[in-house]
Amino acid sequence: MTASKDREIGIRVLRAGPLALLQDAGRFGVRHLGVTQGGPADLYSWAWANALAGNPWGTASLEITIGGLEMVAERDLEIAIAGAHLGATLDQRPVPLWERMTWKEGQVLRFASPVTGLRAYLSVRGGFAAEPVMGSVACVMREQLGGFDGLGSKLQTGDQLTVHPAGPSNHTGTQQAPSDVRPDFSVEPVLSLLPGAQIAEFSGQSLYDAFNARWQVDERADRMGVRLTGPRLDCRVRSLISEGINLGSVQVPPDGQPIALLNDRQTIGGYPRLGALTPLSASRLAQCKPGQEVRFRATGSGEGLREYRAFRAAIDRMGART
Amino acid sequence: MSRPLPRLEPAGLDGWIVRLFNDIDEANLSWLAALADRCRTAFGDALVDMVPSYTTLLITFDPLLLSPAEARDRLMVLLDDLEPDASGVAGGQVYELPTWYDPSVGPDLKRVAEQTGLTIDEVIAVHSGKSYRVFALGFAPGFAFMGLTDPGLDCPRLDTPRQRVPVGSVAIAARQTAAYPAETPGGWNLLGRTCARLFDRHREDLSLLKVGDEVRFVPVSREEFERQGGDTTPTEDRP
Repeated sequence: MTASKDREIGIRVLRAGPLALLQDAGRFGVRHLGVTQGGPADLYSWAWANALAGNPWGTASLEITIGGLEMVAERDLEIAIAGAHLGATLDQRPVPLWERMTWKEGQVLRFASPVTGLRAYLSVRGGFAAEPVMGSVACVMREQLGGFDGLGSKLQTGDQLTVHPAGPSNHTGTQQAPSDVRPDFSVEPVLSLLPGAQIAEFSGQSLYDAFNARWQVDERADRMGVRLTGPRLDCRVRSLISEGINLGSVQVPPDGQPIALLNDRQTIGGYPRLGALTPLSASRLAQCKPGQEVRFRATGSGEGLREYRAFRAAIDRMGART
Repeated sequence: MSRPLPRLEPAGLDGWIVRLFNDIDEANLSWLAALADRCRTAFGDALVDMVPSYTTLLITFDPLLLSPAEARDRLMVLLDDLEPDASGVAGGQVYELPTWYDPSVGPDLKRVAEQTGLTIDEVIAVHSGKSYRVFALGFAPGFAFMGLTDPGLDCPRLDTPRQRVPVGSVAIAARQTAAYPAETPGGWNLLGRTCARLFDRHREDLSLLKVGDEVRFVPVSREEFERQGGDTTPTEDRP
């Protein structure tokens, strides 16, 4: 294998598992062309994995969904894993999440299956290296964009993953995320929703149901959107003239069952919306398995903004230490 | 036409939908072009993305740099004396898409003819007989929503979408028309296929068509379609 100066083979994939994707922060400035956002479905855990590994915001990491992934290091690597507990082991010994660790050449890192949460993020100090497509390496399979091959491919068994050589590490001792920033994915999430323009078009009963019922995550859940099942929500408006849809939008098609739209969503759509999840609630929903129950609470933008800025400030503080 | 009555609608923590109009109209485009242009200037580094559509513009911004309230204030200022920018649209390109209309690649031609009471030749003549505006790009990279088609061609979407619509398929739904830039699922009525390359990751502009462009479908023979690199594999034969 050839490797240029700024990238080298770091990891070989022994078993690819169902779904592992390269994700940087996402593809921006191209939404008007119909190109979706991509990026980590759980932005929160992705950002922590990067910060713990000593990487700046936006560094490409692996999003590992469900597990089933086995990889061997081809050189010593500094890594951090955050997000779902997928039963990760290093040479068959459990590995800690939410902290920096060393993955030595020849050791096998394996993600088994979900214990809590759905998606784990693996960041390598220096970052994974791939050729950006439209300014991003975010892997969107549906659009055949991004990833290690630029064509939107998920990891394949036998892949050799390139990394940027990391400079000398200046950290000493442990780099851990404080326990209060680590989400407990076993707790039933209450998702913060910023009401949208059509909220008043839903019937009173439907509004009551929307914010009081328990919503079950359906099998039809992926990086495009998560369908939720529960009481039927009735909206006087059945369809709109198609318009842009933002991350976290909760649309309600005529069948009355909401769909929360995530990173790989279609860029425009015409169903009425309850509103949009805050970015951190969209992250939290992306960790829910089919069958899991969630609730909605209405929130204001002030609270959502404080929460988001506090998260980014904590990431910056960790980055400054690593 | 009357001045728009802008409404700002919340679109999450980092977005606003600016609704300029209630109805689809070609005249909306010059207002939306002017709005996008002003947003670029007014938001600068805080601008993340803009998605123009038929009657609206979704703008997203960096919530570290702007609060939703601050973004709303900027929008209200720039909307205050907004004037349509005809050049933003008149500068739009005119494209002719060579299209082979044939039941083998347009498997819904016959049914559309039945539903509209036209002959297949009349369907082709009506569809290719006028030029269309690109109102929005979305659904898939480079997928251009164009309109409006002749009222006589108004056909609903398929009850059950096809799993695979081949690249280049030319289609209609309601009063809209489009050509599929990539093989995707799709529920529109397929009339034919164009050999134009609609989306190319290696092209600087990526998408051939942009909002505001004018598009005409030009009927070509099978031979001409093939000569220009068109794929004649029948649609229904595909797995």
